Amino acid sequence: MKLYCLSGHPTLPCNVLKFKSTTIMLDCGLDTTAALYFLPLPLVHSPRLSKLPGWVSKDGAVNLEKELKECSGRVFVDSQPEFCLPEKELLDLSTIDVILISNYHCMMALPYITEHTGFTGTVYATEPTLQIGRLLMEELVTFMERVPKAQAATCWKNKEIQRLLPGPLKDAVDVWSWRKCYSVQEVNSALSKVQLVGYSQKELFGAVQVTPLSSGYSLGSSNWIIQSHYEKVSYVSGSSLLTTHPQPMEQSSLKNSDVLILTGLTQIPTANPDGMLGEFCSNLAMTIRAGGNVLVPCYSSGVIYDLLECLYQFMDSANLGSTPFYFISPVANSSLEFSQIFAEWLCQNKQSKVYLPEPPFPHAELIQTNKLKHYPSIHGDFSSEFRQPCVVFTGHPSLRFGDVVHFMELWGKSSLNTIIFTEPDFSYLDALAPYQPLAMKCVYCPIDTRLNFHQVSKLLKDIQPLHVVCPEPYTQPPPAQPHRSDLMLELQPPPMAYRRCSVLGLPFRRRYERIHLLPELARSLVPSEIKAGVSVATVSAVLQSKDNKHVLQVSECSVQQPDELDPNLSDSLGNTECLKCMIFTSELYGHILHLQTEDVLIQLEEDATHIICDNNEPLRTALRDLVLRFLQKL
Amino acid sequence: MPDIKVTPLGAGQDVGRSCILVSIGGKNIMLDCGMHMGYNDDRRFPDFSYITQNGRLTEFLDCVIISHFHLDHCGALPYMSEMVGYDGPIYMTHPTKAICPILLEDFRKITVDKKGETNFFTSQMIKDCMKKVVPLNLHQTVQVDEELEIKAYYAGHVLGAAMVQIKVGSESVVYTGDYNMTPDRHLGAAWIDKCRPDLLISESTYATTIRDSKRCRERDFLKKVHETVERGGKVLIPVFALGRAQELCILLETFWERMNLKAPIYFSTGLTEKANHYYKLFITWTNQKIRKTFVQRNMFEFKHIKAFDRSYADNPGPMVVFATPGMLHAGQSLLIFKKWAGNEKNMVIMPGYCVQGTVGHKILNGQKKLEMEGRATVIIGTLDVKLQVEYMSFSAHADAKGIMQLIRMAEPRNMLLVHGEAKKMEFLKDKIEQEFSISCYMPANGETTSIVTNPSVPVDISLNLLKREMALGGPLPDAKRPRTMHGTLIMKDNSLRLVSPEQALKELGLSEHQLRFTCRVQLHDPHSDNDTLGRIYTHLKSVLKTYSIQHVPDGTVIVESIVIKVTSSAEEPNLKVILLSWSYQDEELGSFLSTLLKKGLPS
Repeated sequence: MKLYCLSGHPTLPCNVLKFKSTTIMLDCGLDTTAALYFLPLPLVHSPRLSKLPGWVSKDGAVNLEKELKECSGRVFVDSQPEFCLPEKELLDLSTIDVILISNYHCMMALPYITEHTGFTGTVYATEPTLQIGRLLMEELVTFMERVPKAQAATCWKNKEIQRLLPGPLKDAVDVWSWRKCYSVQEVNSALSKVQLVGYSQKELFGAVQVTPLSSGYSLGSSNWIIQSHYEKVSYVSGSSLLTTHPQPMEQSSLKNSDVLILTGLTQIPTANPDGMLGEFCSNLAMTIRAGGNVLVPCYSSGVIYDLLECLYQFMDSANLGSTPFYFISPVANSSLEFSQIFAEWLCQNKQSKVYLPEPPFPHAELIQTNKLKHYPSIHGDFSSEFRQPCVVFTGHPSLRFGDVVHFMELWGKSSLNTIIFTEPDFSYLDALAPYQPLAMKCVYCPIDTRLNFHQVSKLLKDIQPLHVVCPEPYTQPPPAQPHRSDLMLELQPPPMAYRRCSVLGLPFRRRYERIHLLPELARSLVPSEIKAGVSVATVSAVLQSKDNKHVLQVSECSVQQPDELDPNLSDSLGNTECLKCMIFTSELYGHILHLQTEDVLIQLEEDATHIICDNNEPLRTALRDLVLRFLQKL
Repeated sequence: MPDIKVTPLGAGQDVGRSCILVSIGGKNIMLDCGMHMGYNDDRRFPDFSYITQNGRLTEFLDCVIISHFHLDHCGALPYMSEMVGYDGPIYMTHPTKAICPILLEDFRKITVDKKGETNFFTSQMIKDCMKKVVPLNLHQTVQVDEELEIKAYYAGHVLGAAMVQIKVGSESVVYTGDYNMTPDRHLGAAWIDKCRPDLLISESTYATTIRDSKRCRERDFLKKVHETVERGGKVLIPVFALGRAQELCILLETFWERMNLKAPIYFSTGLTEKANHYYKLFITWTNQKIRKTFVQRNMFEFKHIKAFDRSYADNPGPMVVFATPGMLHAGQSLLIFKKWAGNEKNMVIMPGYCVQGTVGHKILNGQKKLEMEGRATVIIGTLDVKLQVEYMSFSAHADAKGIMQLIRMAEPRNMLLVHGEAKKMEFLKDKIEQEFSISCYMPANGETTSIVTNPSVPVDISLNLLKREMALGGPLPDAKRPRTMHGTLIMKDNSLRLVSPEQALKELGLSEHQLRFTCRVQLHDPHSDNDTLGRIYTHLKSVLKTYSIQHVPDGTVIVESIVIKVTSSAEEPNLKVILLSWSYQDEELGSFLSTLLKKGLPS
């Protein structure tokens, strides 16, 4: 049993588990932080961004002025933003049988894996994961295709050249694996391979059973149990114990795991999500009261539902009820609509609303009362309808593409405005780098509801896995806080750490396998009790193995040429009675019986009986049965 | 012999009051808990005294499962749980959980407020009953307890309708509830995997019907409605608030749109808007097409269909009214029917099945005079039925073809029919037994059917033993020559483990007792001992082609593990004594060989 680690990113995992001759990929996260090295893609022509100077090395030896531009004191790649893919060389991706998706953030690399690699397997995901994942992929594609870039920069990736570049470009890793975004066709083709599963649905794949469990992190998010009858691997990815909108995390089914693969812990272990939410609201109110606008760069699904719900309550109490909210994304409408139809996947509180019947999320009411408006983009109706001051939710949180780029250019120059970062995936300073100097206020309120180290150590104490596998960063304190030993996993035995391209052998000590005795065989067994509570039966039966399933059945006539057997013998053969367990504790040990008339010798030993006779079959079988009965009694 | 016992308390050779008791692997499950629309007395509810004469049902039932929200499947639930007494879990899907209490409350209102009955369940009881409900998701395996698990499948009969698989160990039963095998305008088709249950309990409402294509039925329906409206008549379509109503609304809405018709369409009861809201929130339970387009256009927002007011019934001119309930046994549909029945220009279209005893059933059977009951079932007069009565089967039940299709999907070992009429069941039963060669049962209410199951016994086999056997037999044991495996089964503390005899002995601190036979076979053979042995070798080789036979240089032939030696005395060198020695494990082969060699060697 082996684990191939194709991504080292702790929250965007991509691991492959080889388990009982089945090859299972666990998530395929796409690391979009690579986009931070690229120039923003403006939706409207930006004089500032179009007049940036090209980069030439100081001695003039390297001239990449077409590919690299200097902006705000940093060098950026002037090309369509690219993403860092899971490692494709570590193993043959066409051999993957199953891909298990734990949540919609962890499936963004799916088209890269399922298309053009010879992949022929099945992808398992819950319905919300599929639907919202589709929206996020379509959004990403639209963001890219809306602003086509003529050239693709590749020269800078040359090792010799990259070495000469200024930081942070110089230190970017795995740049050759970076790829630009997929197309809609590839998204559709990839998602057509998804088979929907529900929580606690036991899905059999050969000898392996996979089961998704609610993980409490997002709509339809799941952890997975991968098990055979005797081995159990739990895959924990992006889980949350906070009460937000999704169904709570199911914990008890994770118990008794041989191996627990732990990924997707909070990226901001020092920030409390509730505190951040409070800060978010107060900063927002302060800006609006001062007549400024608030920009919230965010993903189109997930925490935004909670933010809207929180604001729904907050705005009236803060006397800001008339402030308009705008949600701008090609998938804004779909995301809001979809959130209302997944009652089964929501927390109890929201579920019970559907029984009334009312929409589970209050953003339906915000839309009805015109407090929240959604637009596919800044073009069209939005430009004529929007009023200031306002709150705008829009993507992409990297600030490199999407409608957010326009708002950065538009509002960045005024100190009245505020940008509030809520998504934890990107360093906000890096995200802001190409927009410096910036007059607008910046507030960093990362809301990451995933498990923190305190919660996870309590969880592990409860569910007691034999071994834990986790990304390397979890085994040491954060680099910025080397003394915080509470911000790491301390376990006994210590967790097995992995990084990108690791191959781990998973420790299993398997001693049993499941086999089925067919009813006829089971009925024929004669158990004898040898100690109080312990019975024993000898089994002689035929083994059949198919598709990793084993069955024992009554052995038919075991000699092949029935016509050559005399009829009496066939009878006795057909009557293959199962053997009795033989235990012998007689005082007759060491005796030899001699039946003189028949010239038969019977040697009796403590652990053996030997019958030596002429070829007189009736006599021999009679003796045999006699001895057997005798042995039985003892 | 383990068996599965099934006793219908309702729906045995009957439609209505579905309530089926199943005992499987020591667990007792109640499937559905419905009321009978054809009765107003005690027979309305299943006879729970069958389970226990006095007291509560909790200790006799492990769980109750409700397949869908129609009252003939859930109408007795508050009576059962609150008045008879049951505190265990009640399972149903989310949409059923949402809609069921509304219909129950409706039922209660009609019975208590309108008909003035007492001793009926109260609103509070409905609420208390619903608190015991545990929601089920499709395909989710719910562990009721350590041994009992249930799993729901899509049934396509109404919003949230489910079939359910009940499993204890390796024994299983599937109960279909009501289902539909052809997708329609708003629901998908029922689906189940090849789960090979020991027993499939299927509804059989349309056991003998093979319905013509859906398109024809729809065209007929639209034509009839259109003609009546054209000649100024009124069309009454009795429906249940949820289910067929939405299907027919979608159908009429598109037709009105296309034909640009002006006659008003009404939907009775205040439920409509609420009902449609449920459809919007549970859109994941509708069919593929509606789910795909719901963001752009929600199919459950109707342009032509308006809310009905009681006074409209007396308006002149044509109109189409959907009114509840669907079998004309009470409520608004019956009121409107009474008003319109006297005019031959009008028409009533019954789009679904009507149980015996209802007005719907009577008029479908051609009855032209009806006795009308007032409060407390006093007959207050007769009603002449002059309007046209049409029956169009739009209920989403599987027809005979659909039932056969489901059997093919699930591959059950036995079949049991409920929710149908005895005569029609008989016909289908024969057909099923003929086509699938499986037993088919159709117990009446209160009658118990026992089905013997033959479960295999799961055992833990030691990996060492298994690997040893697999290695001997190659990766897959040769089917032509099955290998006999010898092992010892240890039964201890409810665990069953199969290990090699050596391991068992070691583990139990016992020593094995060897039983060995040595047989002397005398043979005249004028050759040297070694040549005789060689001849035996050749002979056995030709007889036992698939066995491993070795000629070892030390003067023995070994067949599998049987040792054969040849000796002779100096006095009589031609009288050979062949010594065959085998252990009891090889008894069959040893016995066969000694008999074979006694016959002599071929010259």
